[in-house]
Amino acid sequence: MEEKIIAAIIVSAIAFFAIYAFTPILIKFLQKRNLMVKDVNKPGNVMIPRPGGISILIGIVASEITLYFFFPISEILAIIITSILGFSVGIVDDRKTMGGWFKPLALAFCAAPILLLGAYDSNLDFPLFGSVKIPSLYLALVVFMIPITGNTINSIDVLNGVASGVTTIASFALAISLFILQNYEIGLACLGLAFASLAFYKYHKFPSRIFPGDSGSVMFGATYGVIAIVGGVEVIAAIAILPAIINSFLFLSSVKKIVEHREIKNPTSHTDDFKLKSTDDNHAPITLVRLLIAKKPLSEKQICNEVLKLTTFSGVLAVITAFMMGVKI
Amino acid sequence: MNVQIYSFIFAMWVLMLIGGGLVVVFIGPLTFAPDIEPTITSGVKVIFTLLLIFIWIFTLTKIKNWIFKSQIKS
Repeated sequence: MEEKIIAAIIVSAIAFFAIYAFTPILIKFLQKRNLMVKDVNKPGNVMIPRPGGISILIGIVASEITLYFFFPISEILAIIITSILGFSVGIVDDRKTMGGWFKPLALAFCAAPILLLGAYDSNLDFPLFGSVKIPSLYLALVVFMIPITGNTINSIDVLNGVASGVTTIASFALAISLFILQNYEIGLACLGLAFASLAFYKYHKFPSRIFPGDSGSVMFGATYGVIAIVGGVEVIAAIAILPAIINSFLFLSSVKKIVEHREIKNPTSHTDDFKLKSTDDNHAPITLVRLLIAKKPLSEKQICNEVLKLTTFSGVLAVITAFMMGVKI
Repeated sequence: MNVQIYSFIFAMWVLMLIGGGLVVVFIGPLTFAPDIEPTITSGVKVIFTLLLIFIWIFTLTKIKNWIFKSQIKS
């Protein structure tokens, strides 16, 4: 147990301080190269450096490699490789806007290390009722899981601090759940993701000093997805990010096809005091943000806080579910 | 506080628990006569699971539409 506590402290510190120290350097570098995008929810012409995914890559990979030295198991190796592949898919999309199908298809290939390393258990565990063995179907679940989590975090990255904030809360909830289920090694890997996203949140929160870009948000999602699979906590992981899943569900159920989020009509517009209000366009998709502002316009900061409160609520449900895993009806 | 959205998340959670229970208790152990191909049994299980997912999505879509309409009206 002592070794695990030491590993937890070192992995968390590396994940947090690597991003905390490197992100300001990256911000200056991106500003110098004029790699910046307009923050559309701010009055005037506020330009924000992007992508911050490079700093997230350094933090996550450095912490997970350190963890691999402590526990050289194939599951941690699968997390490292899938995270790097997730980053690669995102950075391609950052450099050149690809079609709506690019990310889901490319992310499906990112699941290859999990399958090749055999870092999964084909039992799908449910609370209260036990588990079901689905060897063939589980392979399909592995292939689908990474595109789902990658795109889910990517599509909620619409306001300052939301993607990193949601990942932070959900990862801490998932890490606690893994510790409850006594899956300590993967719990530590999840702790690395939680501290990495927390450090990035410091710069991404309202008002943002950097945007993660697709490379950052897709990597957050891919890492979260691979941890869910190798940790055997797919259901708990889905519960912890329910607000983000709701956002994707609302979007898909109103658009009814897979499209790149930059191609769709904006579901929100601005009031004179630059609060966000729901658009009157009936063809614009219903998203979580649009649902939150349907009643009255809210400021960007208020909406971010609401989304993070919803994620905290679903994080609590995830931890309750972890406790329920040990209970059989 | 958006009570309806919190209720939506809670409803999703409950539906996931019920769906999981149905999969483990009824669909997982489903078996037919020994001379029937295991692939056919798996196929039937997949169809039942997809049916559950369809009901799940249909229910959530109805709840979503109800929340959005009531948010706009108020």
